[in-house]
Amino acid sequence: MFALDKKDARLLLMVAVLTMLAPFILNPFPAGSEMAQFNAGYPDLMQRFVIFGIFAIGFNILFGLTGYLSFGHAAFLGVGSYSAVWMFKLLSMNVLPAIALSVVVAGLFSVVIGFISLRRSGIYFSILTLAFAQMSFALAYSVLTPITGGETGLQLALDDPRILDVAASATGNIPVPGLFGLEMRASTNLELGPWVFTFNVGYYFSALIMLAAFYLAIRIFRSPFGMMLRAIKSNQQRLNYTGLNARPYTLAAFVISGMYAGLAGGLMAAMDPLAGAERMFWTASGEVVLMTILGGAGTLIGPVLGAGFIKYMENIISKINESILHQWFYWLPDGLEDFVVAMIYPFIGKGWHLTLGLLFMAVVIFLPGGLVEGGQRIGRMFGRKKSEEKDKPSGKTTPAE
Amino acid sequence: MSKTDVTRRGLLRTGAVAGAGLMVPTYLRAGGHEGFTNAPTGSTVTLGFNVPQSGPYADEGADELRAYELAVEHLNGGGDGGMLSTFSSKALQGNGILGKKVEYVTGDTQTKSDAARASAKSMIEKDGAVMITGGSSSGVAVAVQALCQEAGVIFMAGLTHSNDTTGKDKRANGFRHFFNSYMSGAALAPVLANAYGTDRKAYHLTADYNWGYTTEEAVKSSTEAMGWETVNAVKTPLTQTDFSSYIAPVLQSGADVLVLNHYGGNMVNSLTNAVQFGLRDKMVNGKQFEIVVPLYSRLMAKGAGANVKGIFGSTNWHWSLQDEGSKAFVRSFGTKYGFPPSQAAHTCYVQALLYADAVERAGSFNPCAVVEALEGFEFDGMGNGPTLYRAEDHQCFKDVLVVKGKENPTSEFDLLEIVEVTPVDQVTYAPDHPQFAGGALGTCNPGA
Repeated sequence: MFALDKKDARLLLMVAVLTMLAPFILNPFPAGSEMAQFNAGYPDLMQRFVIFGIFAIGFNILFGLTGYLSFGHAAFLGVGSYSAVWMFKLLSMNVLPAIALSVVVAGLFSVVIGFISLRRSGIYFSILTLAFAQMSFALAYSVLTPITGGETGLQLALDDPRILDVAASATGNIPVPGLFGLEMRASTNLELGPWVFTFNVGYYFSALIMLAAFYLAIRIFRSPFGMMLRAIKSNQQRLNYTGLNARPYTLAAFVISGMYAGLAGGLMAAMDPLAGAERMFWTASGEVVLMTILGGAGTLIGPVLGAGFIKYMENIISKINESILHQWFYWLPDGLEDFVVAMIYPFIGKGWHLTLGLLFMAVVIFLPGGLVEGGQRIGRMFGRKKSEEKDKPSGKTTPAE
Repeated sequence: MSKTDVTRRGLLRTGAVAGAGLMVPTYLRAGGHEGFTNAPTGSTVTLGFNVPQSGPYADEGADELRAYELAVEHLNGGGDGGMLSTFSSKALQGNGILGKKVEYVTGDTQTKSDAARASAKSMIEKDGAVMITGGSSSGVAVAVQALCQEAGVIFMAGLTHSNDTTGKDKRANGFRHFFNSYMSGAALAPVLANAYGTDRKAYHLTADYNWGYTTEEAVKSSTEAMGWETVNAVKTPLTQTDFSSYIAPVLQSGADVLVLNHYGGNMVNSLTNAVQFGLRDKMVNGKQFEIVVPLYSRLMAKGAGANVKGIFGSTNWHWSLQDEGSKAFVRSFGTKYGFPPSQAAHTCYVQALLYADAVERAGSFNPCAVVEALEGFEFDGMGNGPTLYRAEDHQCFKDVLVVKGKENPTSEFDLLEIVEVTPVDQVTYAPDHPQFAGGALGTCNPGA
């Protein structure tokens, strides 16, 4: 199917099924029940899962294949968002031109940064990209305020030109992004007994784009070009001695992953038409590194899993507060209840960073291959076949000598 | 893959699946039959408290959350009722809002526009919040306000001081009780003229972001109107922690007043640096060198310690106010938490009560009805004297406090003393004032 071998086709099919059924899978608990706190099937978070999935897939093409650790990828995401919002302001509220422009602009931007940064490798490359990203952030935050909206972020206004579209909707409000009249925020609810499942246009639009991005990533991973990138990762010096210039390949990988980031940024703006400078902050760049490593660098599905995991923690764990804890443990004797709540409290709400950090440490120590390795171990425990797993690319490289 | 076998079983199965698929739309319904987003249907109503729980303003956020919890308690009839008894509108009965028990969800804005919007969205989409409130920075307030306008819920801004919130970025669904940069400038200028004379030369250090710009502009124009001269205005990066390189040129410039348009940790550091450089002991142009901080808060004064003594600034509210509303609020806050509330806590508490009261008076949670009830609403007994929610820009107009760092603080909370209560007329401006021009309120959006 789609010129993929059987295993990759199965993986793609699995991802397709998972994303299409996500509203059901992410809402396992009836609305209004105690456990509804852990439901993640609301449009905003589902959109975030797939958008950051795209971001991480793109990052993995650079980091997972060539081993170049870019610490400034959020800059491309931010540039993509800004271009998309400008398109909404100037042209129309249709998402297609906005997303197209964000990919193109992020691509051009990454050519410039990549051309300079890729003159160095290793830690120097990371620092260069980090410096560029922080520079972009600082520019967006203050100097370029007329273009970027500064601290407030770039927003739509009622008096924007919107040449091909209306400036204000019939009710006198700012129009919302859509695809030929299909509003991105439109949702329908399916109520099955106590369960409520939400189907959101924006989510399915992003999910289809993610599937396309994922398919493209598989093709890149399995192509001769992908093989070249792996060769660069394993021993660039030896590659140079064989008479091959590695730089065009690394630059191509850098630009492709920059365009993926731009695509993610454009989609973010399409779902929620605002672009803030924090999107380019170094913590945002660090986040995608975490996602990729947490999920499993160099694997196809890993970054998507990592992105979902981190976004889930950020949005679900951070919303648990003390009174919810007391609701959970109300059945314990008074003193014990307070004790249990006091023990858990540092790890929830604003403490979600702490929980994430501990889990990240656990993954890195016990599952060096990321969540994918965890999945493989479980699969092996229950699975029938044992030989097939061997040829999966692992996060480790074997020494050349 | 081109081999097609049509079997009886295959056909039946496909038919069943297709049939089920066609049935689905009969189960589907568009969100919200009631004509507006998240109309509360049960016996409870959910409010969303979106405050910074991490990041530079986490202290303010924690205090805001305390105030909201107190407000919910009072709305549901618990505690001593706080300001409910002093509030001029008597619509609230202490039985929730419109008889529905008030519940709340909390979120972390992280003082980032993106994170704040994500958390507000999850409150609206997942938890069914009918109103979002909170925040401790103007960037976040503006971003969340725009989101609430799109989603069709009410936004009651927390601590946000930039002119833009009710200026060029104002929205029909958003309301601000807190004062703004213009009011700070207008209130401070006469006091400064009294204390320091009208022939001063001012040097501005301004935090390089939106709030800094509007504050600098406001203070500059009001002091220049009295005869001061602005020697220079320098932008400092928001992430700066050491301001010595910015302080050194101040003395060479010939200026005799330093205005620090900084907030939070920025102000604590820049003020400390300025005092360490001995600026306040210098005589320039035959006058004592002075420092001014346009926006003060108790938490900042605490951070800067002894350095704030005698330094002028403005504030929205202070716990030492002696009117009935302030006393009632300080009493119930102090009883519950053991220390007096900050101005952030006060504005958030008041906003929660104002929203509940507006719903009660309107008889509906519909955002458009609430907007109508709040527009042009005049009230008293909330700690700031007679106050007006102006219809043209959804900004509250009330007295502004000019404060000074206390010379002899008696406790760790008693750091500021009130110099003057600037009457509301002096800080009122036209809705199309140049510092606020460029935005449009639009029309209220009830959502689905």
